[in-house]
Amino acid sequence: MRSGASVRTTKKLWDTMLQYKYFYLMVLPVIVWYALFAYAPMYGVTLAFKTFDYNGGILGSPWIGLEHFQKIWTDADFHTAFKNTIVISLMKLLINFPMPIFLAILLNEFSRNTAKRFFQTVLTFPHFISWVVLAGIITDMLSRDGVVNQFIMALGFESISPLTDKESFRPLLYITHMWREVGWDSIIYLAALAGINPELYEAAEIDGANRFKRLLHIAWPGIKSTVAILLILHVGQLLSQGASFEQIFNLYSSPVYSVADVVDTYIYRTSFQIGGDFGYMTAAGLIKSVISLVLLVLANTIVKRMGEEGLY
Amino acid sequence: MKLTHAKKRTRLSTFDIAVYIVLGLLSLITFFPFYNVLIISFAKFEVISQFNLYMLPLSFDLTAYKVILSDTKFWSSTVNTVIVTVVGVLFSMTISVAGAYALSKKGMPGRNAMLTLILFTMFFNGGLIPFYLIIKSLGLVNSILVMIIPAGLNTFYLIIMKNYFGTLPESLEESAKLDGANDLYILLKIVLPISAPFIATFGLFYAVERWNEWWYALIFISDSAKTPLQIYLRETLITSNQLLNTLAQQAADSASSKVYTPALQMATIVISSVPILMVYPFLQKHFAKGILVGSIKG
Repeated sequence: MRSGASVRTTKKLWDTMLQYKYFYLMVLPVIVWYALFAYAPMYGVTLAFKTFDYNGGILGSPWIGLEHFQKIWTDADFHTAFKNTIVISLMKLLINFPMPIFLAILLNEFSRNTAKRFFQTVLTFPHFISWVVLAGIITDMLSRDGVVNQFIMALGFESISPLTDKESFRPLLYITHMWREVGWDSIIYLAALAGINPELYEAAEIDGANRFKRLLHIAWPGIKSTVAILLILHVGQLLSQGASFEQIFNLYSSPVYSVADVVDTYIYRTSFQIGGDFGYMTAAGLIKSVISLVLLVLANTIVKRMGEEGLY
Repeated sequence: MKLTHAKKRTRLSTFDIAVYIVLGLLSLITFFPFYNVLIISFAKFEVISQFNLYMLPLSFDLTAYKVILSDTKFWSSTVNTVIVTVVGVLFSMTISVAGAYALSKKGMPGRNAMLTLILFTMFFNGGLIPFYLIIKSLGLVNSILVMIIPAGLNTFYLIIMKNYFGTLPESLEESAKLDGANDLYILLKIVLPISAPFIATFGLFYAVERWNEWWYALIFISDSAKTPLQIYLRETLITSNQLLNTLAQQAADSASSKVYTPALQMATIVISSVPILMVYPFLQKHFAKGILVGSIKG
């Protein structure tokens, strides 16, 4: 009786799967791609517990346990890189997370669509230019005879060079990040704002709510859940996206390594330019990935406790 | 109806003006660096050296453009980038559209497991070294394919596309099925045509990504015949001035006048950005809508 039922459900499942045969075919390349380029490297983190042997590769290298992690504990360069990653990504979250929300709210104040579209066009443009090119532009503008210093000196001040100055390099990272991404990041909030029922605004207007009150009682609740989801996403990607490799790698140079070298740039430099041990470098990367994951889970839990819908 | 419209038009409160000013200033700051790039690319050495503050287009000199356009390295890397972009977009779009469409089918057994595994990759990865070793063992080091295949799937786009396909009415496909069409046929002949603007937007996103690609090239490509345009840009703009100085010297020798090196750099930026400037209006037209329907929930 029992086995008969299970045979029937297995057969039913099989029939359903047959119905979906073309869909499995369509999704197959994507699955293969993730297996090769996301999950195989994930298996590769076992290298963090091995000593890398060039001929053996990931599978053939001999296990050494936690030796790499013990070494990392006393690695001053890793400590600097790790501290920089935390500081830079936290500051970026603090400064660059709220700005797109403000921008979206400002843009949403326009009833005239042409003005909105004009500002959006200008503000999203830098997002589509690579950090290589943007870093080139920034370097040129901040050079000794660049436009920024020409302007500053014309006003009678001393010239500046934030690209090589330890004090101002990080603020430069925050500002240039905002320049590139604020417009782009605001789009998702604009989409959420556009989804708010206009009748709510009209009703509030009739009830005598002014613009600020409408913002507080209609616009904000309307985008709150989007803000929560994006906050979780940002926190989850804090250590990877937050301390962006592309931005820092293209902007920094040896005078500012001590304030700007993040884990990703540290791993790249040590592995490919200096020739560090691959197993050790994998361990460094693993620490970062694990902390990221813990942060994501934490952020999701906190947001859920606050009564918002989480990511999962 | 007409009355309220007119009323809205004439009343421009102080609040409106303040918003306009703030956004106007922001736009100016955003746009200025690009304007600066443009005027410097046209600048003559003699003119630049005369002015303390060079902010207006005071010369229109095409020497810098001529120098860059006659550099063979510039052309070979541009060809590589064009190949990567064209083939890369075809690859990316084929697998993302097919995958996203299949994943939008709620009844498919195993769908949730696949989605979870895909989403998880956004938050955890093996890191650079294991990734490098996998690419190496696949034989993709120093192959132009590394900028096309491993670089070729964006999880975020895939999820948005999946959500978009999920919003299409089911009745559309059901009626085609009654006529005997299979799922592949439905995707190609019915779903794709009605989704054309949406699909095009993501094609352009991928195109911009491939055009701007440099990370994979930095790590996996050392053969200078295979490097893309962004690596050429890195060499002229950031890493070494050697390439640039040689170019400037050659130009100076032939034209018997000094070439302003920042003009060369800025001209490279302008030339390499032309394709993005060309697709930008199309991107701009659709991306807000694309993200609106896709959102991030699903």
